Parts: sequence; C-alpha cells; structure tokens
Amino acid sequence: MTLSLGKDLLGLEPLSGEQIQLILDTAEPFKEISERAIKKVPTLRGATIVNLFFEASTRTRVSFEFAEKRLSADTVNVAASGSSVSKGETLVDTARNLEAMRIDMVVIRHGASGAAQFLAERIESNVINAGDGTHEHPTQGLLDMLTLRDHFGRLDGIKVCIVGDVLHSRVARSNIWGLTKMGAQVGVCGPRSLLPNAIEELPVQVFTRVEEAIEWADALNILRLQLERMTAGYIPSLREYNRVFGVSRERLERAPRDLLILHPGPMNRGVEIDSDVADGPFSVILNQVTNGVAVRMAVLYLLSGGKPELAESAKGGGGR
Amino acid sequence: MTGSILLRGGRVIDPTQSLDEVADVLVVDGKIEAVGARVSGDAKNRDGLETIDCSGLVVSPGFIDVHCHLREPGREEVETIATGARAAVAGGFTAVCAMPNTDPVTDNQAAVGFIIRQASLANGARVYPIGAISVGQKGESLAEFGEMIAAGAVAVSDDGKPVASAHLMRTALEYARTFGIPVADHCEEPTLAHGGAMNEGIVSTRLGLKGIPAEAEEIMAIRDILLARRTNGHVHLCHMSTRGSVELIRWGKDRNINVTAEVCPHHISLTEDAVEGYDTNAKMNPPLRTADDVAALQEAVRDGTIDLIATDHAPHHYDEKEREFAHAPNGIIGLETALAVNVTWLVASEIISLPVLIERMSCAPARVFKLPGGSLRRGTAADVTVFDPSAKWLVEPSKFRSKGRNTPYSGQTLQGRTRYTLVGGRVAHREEA
Repeated sequence: MTLSLGKDLLGLEPLSGEQIQLILDTAEPFKEISERAIKKVPTLRGATIVNLFFEASTRTRVSFEFAEKRLSADTVNVAASGSSVSKGETLVDTARNLEAMRIDMVVIRHGASGAAQFLAERIESNVINAGDGTHEHPTQGLLDMLTLRDHFGRLDGIKVCIVGDVLHSRVARSNIWGLTKMGAQVGVCGPRSLLPNAIEELPVQVFTRVEEAIEWADALNILRLQLERMTAGYIPSLREYNRVFGVSRERLERAPRDLLILHPGPMNRGVEIDSDVADGPFSVILNQVTNGVAVRMAVLYLLSGGKPELAESAKGGGGR
Repeated sequence: MTGSILLRGGRVIDPTQSLDEVADVLVVDGKIEAVGARVSGDAKNRDGLETIDCSGLVVSPGFIDVHCHLREPGREEVETIATGARAAVAGGFTAVCAMPNTDPVTDNQAAVGFIIRQASLANGARVYPIGAISVGQKGESLAEFGEMIAAGAVAVSDDGKPVASAHLMRTALEYARTFGIPVADHCEEPTLAHGGAMNEGIVSTRLGLKGIPAEAEEIMAIRDILLARRTNGHVHLCHMSTRGSVELIRWGKDRNINVTAEVCPHHISLTEDAVEGYDTNAKMNPPLRTADDVAALQEAVRDGTIDLIATDHAPHHYDEKEREFAHAPNGIIGLETALAVNVTWLVASEIISLPVLIERMSCAPARVFKLPGGSLRRGTAADVTVFDPSAKWLVEPSKFRSKGRNTPYSGQTLQGRTRYTLVGGRVAHREEA
C-alpha cells in the first residue's frame, strides 16, 4: 500500500515520520513553480476549495490561496465576519451548507481547539487545519521543517528551540510533534507562566534562560508574543519580556555557533525579536513564507489523491 | 390507595437493618408491611395481591439522587420535571433533589412550590427542591432559606455557580444551621478555573484546551471545610473529583467537622482521556481527571470519606453539545446510567460490595439530606428499587426517558439494570427481563 495522508490534515501529532517526510519531499518539486514567470499548473483544475477563516489571518490565508491558485483550483474565501457565521450559524451548519455546494476541500482557521477535527468528522470533503485555537497549525510546522531542512540538509539530530509563549501556541505544538518525529531534538524556552505545566511530560528540553537555549540550539523558532498575555497577567510587561527573553544580536553573538532564526510571524520587533536579528544574515523568516506556499501545494496535492511519485510531472500537466 | 404487592424471593439488602438475605417484602397501602422469609404465606389470602418474582434480583431501599438538574422552569425543551422524574424511576431512583439553576432561579418560596406541584403531576420519582443560596445565584445576598424550606426545599446550593465570597459562604452556613439543612457547594475557585474546558494536565496541553487545575476545586473544598469548622454549619461538597479533595475531606472528618461529600458516577469511572477527539459528552464541570484521582475517589467511596454517590444529571440539547469543545456546555445525563456505572466500576470490579453501594446510593443520601426513605423498615413508605446486578445492557441514548442524550457511555455495555421501582407502593417503573 502506498503511503498517504488519509482524508484530512488535522495536525502533526497523528502523522508518522514517513508521512511528514512524504509531504516535505513532495513540496520540493512544487517550490520551483513559484519561481516561474507563469506560476500555474493544472494539477487541481476543476477542484473547488473553500478557505474558511473564522479568525483574522493574512499570511496563512494568502499562502493557502496562492497554493490553491497555482494548482488551478477554484477557490472561495469565507471570513467569519459578514457571513452567516456572524448571524449565529453553527460551525456544523456552515460546513454542511458549503458541502451541499459540492466542494472538494475546506481549509479552516478557527479560534477553538478541535474545530478542524469537528468539521472533518462531519463532512466528506478533505479538511486542512490552518490553525485551531491553541492546538495545532500543521502547515506552519511543515514549512518550518522544510526551511530547517533546506539549511541543514537534514532534520535528524539538529537542535531546535522554540522560544516564547508555548502555552498558547499552536505553532509550538505542531513543531514539537513534527520535529521529534523527524529525529530532531526540541527545546522550549520562555517564562514559566507561558510554558504548560505538563511540559515535562512532552519529549522536549525546557529552558528558562534564553542564554542557555541559545548556547544549546542550532536554530531558534521565535514565537510571537500576543499583547493580550500582558493584560491577562501572564507577564508583567513587554519591556521586561524583551529584557529577559528577547532574542538580540548581543545574545546571539555569545553563542558557540551561528543560529538559524525562524519566526512564524507576524513579528513584534523589539519584543520577542530585535530588528537586527530579524533582518540579520541568519534569518530565514522570508524563506519560511516562500516555503509555506510549496508545503501547502504539497498538502493539497496529496490530500486530493495525487501520487507522490508523480509530483514532479504533475508540475507540467495532469496527474490527479 | 394502592393495592398490595409482594416482592417475592429477592436478595433483600437494607443496610439500615444490617439485612442481606433472600426474603420477601410485602407492601400494603403504600408502606412496607413486612420483610422476611415467611411473608408470602401470610400474604396469600390478601385480595388484589400482586406478586412480583424477584428471584435473582436485589431488593433495595429506593435510590436517592441529591444532585440533578431538571431544567424546569426555563429549559423545558431540554428536560422537564416530568421527564426527569420518569428518567429517575427508570434508573431506580425513588427520589431526586432538583438543583436551583433554573430560569428563573429557584430562589424563593413560589419557585419551590412550582417544582413541588409539577413533581406531584409527574408520576415518577419524588422531587425535593434545593433552593438557591443567593438571590438569583448572583453570589451577593442570601435567598430566603426559611420561606423556601417552609415551601418544601430540603437544602440550599448555588450549584453551577461557585460561591466566590467566603463571607457569603460563612453566613449561608450559619443561617442554614438555624434550619438544620445542608449547604451544598460547587467547589470552584473562579479565577483559577476561568475559561477552562477540561482537567489541566498533559491531555489538555496536547489538545490545546485551557485546563482547570485540581487546585481550583481543592482550594474551595478546604475553604468550605474551614468555614464549617468556624460555624458548625453543615457543608456538603458536591461532585468531588480529585485525590486532593478526598484528602481534605478526610482531614475535616478526622476533626469532626460537619462536612459531607458526594461523587458522581463519571468521576469514579472515566478519566480525562475520554476527552480525546474533543468529545463534548466528556465535558463536564468539574472535569474528568486522572486515573490516580479515579482510584482515590473509588477508595473514598469504599471507606466512606465520600458519603454518597449523586448523578449531577445535566441534560443539554443535542445542538448545544454538537459544537466546538470549548463552546459546548458542561454536563452529562446520569439518572438512567448511574446504577450500571456504579455496579460496573465499583461492584463488578470488587471495590465495594452491593450493600455498600446501596448504602451510598440510598441510605446515606437520606441521612445526609435528612430525607424520608433510604430504608425498608416496617411502616415506612414503600420506596423500593428492584434491580438485576448481573444484567448486561447496551447504552443506547435514544431509549432514555430523559430528554437528554448527552452521555459518554453511549455504545458501551454496562452491568446492572433496574427492573422495578416502587414509589410509595406504586410500581412507577417496570421492566421485565
């Protein structure tokens, strides 16, 4: 039996290392399409995809939309505000109504953990989780891994530290599952009030000093600090956060090696990351964005039933 | 009145009389007339005697549930007093206490009287109203306990809404002591539990759901125990869910503090793992905890640290549970599964005996809440449950008498099934094998 992803992509926790590798390998040939003058292949011609975004998002929504359009799918964007959702329609009714229009896939971003799985269990269409609450954001984890693999040539054995608000971060969870399944060592670093109490039960190293994390790691994945964490009492001030946990050039210069710098965006410059780090020579933050399109094309292709071995030729013609 | 009924040849278990033997129970004019080995001979010549063969079955004083939500008035599409009272007898309960978080809140004598009147029309279990501690369950000023008790309330509680103010809890315990009723508290420190959807731990971390730490319950449990010590009032701690709470209750009882406690069938049978897959039928408050907590609660039922088992029967509409986990309401139904869950997880697994189970489901609730029933003594009202402790059955929510379908046991095969429920000598539920 050939390896597949199943019907949906809900998270990286349920995937095997082989499945993750499959997505990353499938993304490789798709990278090139975005470099062409005419950035379009007919692979998903005739497929209908709904981007169902219950939370504001620019980067992820646009990235999915480009991935879909470059594969020639017909796409519709539905934002929660101004739709029937804001009139009190339930998630299940929204989904069923969309499905009644005979769609093939739904990309969902939702503020509630488990919303993507909820949808996937109730409709026939493929469901891709574009971020559910504080649970997972699998395509972000995949694009982070693709970016790391581009640089290091492998994931096995590299040390990646996730810095910041791990407690509320779906990006952190997807990175922890994905990276550990691929053989990387994962660290987390942040104030204890922003690390889950049960973090010790996950396969990660815990740092409470960013200096120690920097000394340990080959790469840092720096999370956005949501400003509302301060008003909710998790940290005293953004200023102190920057002083204690902010990743600065000064701190990086003391590291025994050059650290690759990732950030899922959008950045709070001067809070979790200083500008000279974000814009510095080891920042791959924009590579992540570029890779995001390729990874999402790979996921769309694989979920639609595309054969991994045909991905290269799919770039040129049929293949579905 | 009702005719005479002979419950013949069952295993009659009545902990209040240290009775556990194969015997007959004769019910005449709604009361227990006789219990013993030779009753059937005496009864033979009575006119209109109905004989029920109870061989292989257990004959027990009727179960009493001190904690259920019947949703009327306010949410009659979810449950009514009539459907709840009929679900109760189907589950072997001859009496239930209705929590006051209705709409409007049961915080005055007229509201209490309404529940009593609806219950009298229900042809199900007896229904004893519990009045609110505070007006509107707002946690500000005391409701009129005296008036509510005169109208038929048996206890006070702001269940579902924790009593955040220690001062209000203190005065409630003192004022309730005047009337000799318990104050039942839903122990939850609101700032710690705020926004939580399940137990805080590794599962909540993995699922990305905000956790409710055990300490949210334990802080309020010890606060209430200490206030009971201060006031000599009777505090009854609802639906305990953690090992820590058990230890605190044990501490209080060791010091003769007037504290009693209940546990729900789901907290002695399920763990937080049931939430896996975001199953909203595993969402309740307090949440399902860890296997270690379950073990501690089972042991506490055995040794009596936890006085009694109550259902926290909480029906919700299908649509309300059919949604994102964080947005779904808390609670599951329990009246029709409680016996089987308790038999399956406590008796069949040999943690407690059937007499202890009956003590925790019938005698102790009557004693702690000072209710009639909980005994098969001659001359008492014939509230009797006859059940088959070995019958296995598949939980199919569509067959429930309750309007609620929200149960995490759906599709499971459980052991222990009610066959007959007599309320005041009337056969209110009958299910021949």
